[in-house]
Amino acid sequence: MTAPSSTTTSHAVDAYTAAQQAQDAAVGHSSRTFRVWRGANGEGDFRDYTTEAMDGMVVLDALHQIQAEQAPDLALRWNCKAGKCGSCSAEINGKPKLMCMTRLDELPADEPVSVEPMRTFPHVRDLVTDVSWNFRVKPNITRFTPRAPDAPDGTWRVDQRDVDRVQEFRKCIECFLCQDVCHVLRDHHKHDEFIGPRFLVYAAALEMHPLDVADRTTQLKEAHGIGYCNITKCCTKVCPEGITITDNAIIPLKERVADQHFDPLRALVRLVRGKKKPG
Amino acid sequence: MTQPVVQLRRRGFGETMRRDAWWLPPLGVFVVLSSFLAYATWAAFQNANYEYGNYLSPFYSPLLFGPPPHGWFARAPRWLASISPALLILPFPAGFRFTCYYYRGAYYKAFWADPPSCSVGEPRKGYLGERTLPLVLQNVHRYFLYFALLFLLVLAHDAWEGYHFADAAGGMRFGIGVGSLVLTTNVVLLGGYTLGCHSLRHLVGGYLDRLAGRPARRTAYDCVSCLNRGHMNWAWASLFWVAFTDVYVRMCAMGVWHDWRIL
Repeated sequence: MTAPSSTTTSHAVDAYTAAQQAQDAAVGHSSRTFRVWRGANGEGDFRDYTTEAMDGMVVLDALHQIQAEQAPDLALRWNCKAGKCGSCSAEINGKPKLMCMTRLDELPADEPVSVEPMRTFPHVRDLVTDVSWNFRVKPNITRFTPRAPDAPDGTWRVDQRDVDRVQEFRKCIECFLCQDVCHVLRDHHKHDEFIGPRFLVYAAALEMHPLDVADRTTQLKEAHGIGYCNITKCCTKVCPEGITITDNAIIPLKERVADQHFDPLRALVRLVRGKKKPG
Repeated sequence: MTQPVVQLRRRGFGETMRRDAWWLPPLGVFVVLSSFLAYATWAAFQNANYEYGNYLSPFYSPLLFGPPPHGWFARAPRWLASISPALLILPFPAGFRFTCYYYRGAYYKAFWADPPSCSVGEPRKGYLGERTLPLVLQNVHRYFLYFALLFLLVLAHDAWEGYHFADAAGGMRFGIGVGSLVLTTNVVLLGGYTLGCHSLRHLVGGYLDRLAGRPARRTAYDCVSCLNRGHMNWAWASLFWVAFTDVYVRMCAMGVWHDWRIL
C-alpha cells in the first residue's frame, strides 16, 4: 500500500476546510450580552460582556468564550458539559439551572443574560460557591441497613417494581440546584436545622428501599427538620434530572413522619400489633 | 489555602433576577381562592335555594336536617334549628382542601409570600415552617380525608338521585336533565381529586417498602399514584365545578335558569 502523495493530502485538507467553512457560514451568528456576577467572598457586582453566539451554544460555552477572549480571571466550576456531573450550577436569568444544559436560544435574545452564583451556599469567587456543607450533611443520615439475607448464600430476592420506586431518586447528580432554590436554606439559612430537598431525596431512597429496615422518621422530624418544608415544589421545578422530589420523596416521608408522630390511630394500631416499621 | 466564605446578600421582598411573570400564578391562586371562599361563605349563610326537585347543592350535602327527599332527619334539635345546614358540613371539605399538600404549597405562596415564587425574595426573615403550632396541625390531613371519602359516597348518591324525577302519578321515573349531568360531573371531578390525595396514596400502600405479593395494594397504590400525578388539575377543576354546581341548583331554585330535560 502506498502513502497518499502530498498533493492529494493538501487537496483533501482544503476540501475539509472548505466544508468546515461552509458549515460555519450556515450556522447563525449573533451578538449576545452576558451580565456576569464578578467578585469574591460575597462582595461584588454584575459586569457586562458581549460575545459572539452561535446556534446550539449553551451558557457555559459563552462563558468559556468570554473567559478566553475577555476575562481570563473569570472563575467558574464545570466538568462534563453533558448535564451529568452537576458542577456548573448557577442562576441564569434568576432561575437555578445547569450552565451546560441551558441553550441560548431558550433565553430572551433582546436582553442581557444574567449569570450569578447559587445564593444558598457561601460565595467564594465569581460563579463559584462552597458547596461542602452538603458533604457534611450526608453522613448524618442513617446508612442503608439491609434485612437479613433471604437465601443461605447471603443474597436477597427483590421485586423489580419495588426497586423501581426508589430508582428515580438515584438519578440525582448532586448539582444542588434544589438546595439553592429551597427558600428554607436560601432565604432563612436553616442549614443547621434542615437538610434540604437533596438529602430528603437521599433519605427517601434509603427509607423506601425494599431491603432497608432502619427507621429514620424520628431523625427526619427532629434532626433533619422535614417540618420546615412547606411544599412549594420549587425543588421539583429546577431538578435537571426531572426527579419528582416533592410528590414522590418529601410528601411520602412527611406522611411516614405523621404515622409515627402525629397520628393517634396509627399509634394505637402499632400498639396493638406491636410492630415498629412496616415492611 | 482556606478563605473566609460569605453568602450573597439576602434579597428583599419581591426582589429577583427572574424575567418571567413570576407573580402571575400566585396572583391567580389568590384571586381564585379568595373568590371561592367569598362565594362559598355567602352561599353557606343563605340557608335557601339549595335544592331544586331531585337536585341538591353539594354545599348542603349531606342535608342532615330537612324535609324529604334530601333531608336525613326531618327535624333539627332546637339549638341547631337556626343554623344553616351548610355550616354543619362545610368545615369537613374545607378542612380537606385547606390541609391538602397541593393547596398548602399554593396558598403559602399566594397568601403568605413564603416565598412569593421560586427564587424570589421574601418579606420576612423569621420562619417556622410546619414544625410548630399552628402549621404542625396540617398533619391532620388524613383525618379530613376519611370524611372526604364519606362525602364522596354521599355526593355519588346525590348524583344518582339527580337521574330520578318525580312523575305526575307521584312515583319516581328515570330521566336525564342538565342538572343530572352537572351533579355527575361534580362527583367525578371530586372523585379524581379525593382519590388522588397524597395521604390516600400513603395509606393504600405508600407506607410499605414492599408491595410484592400484595396485588390489591399494588393496584390501589398504582391507581392513586396515577390520579396523584394530576392532583393540581383535579384540585382546580373540582373547586370550580363544585361552586358551579351550587350556582346551577341555586339559579334553578330561584327560577332564573330552567333545567332542560334531555330524557
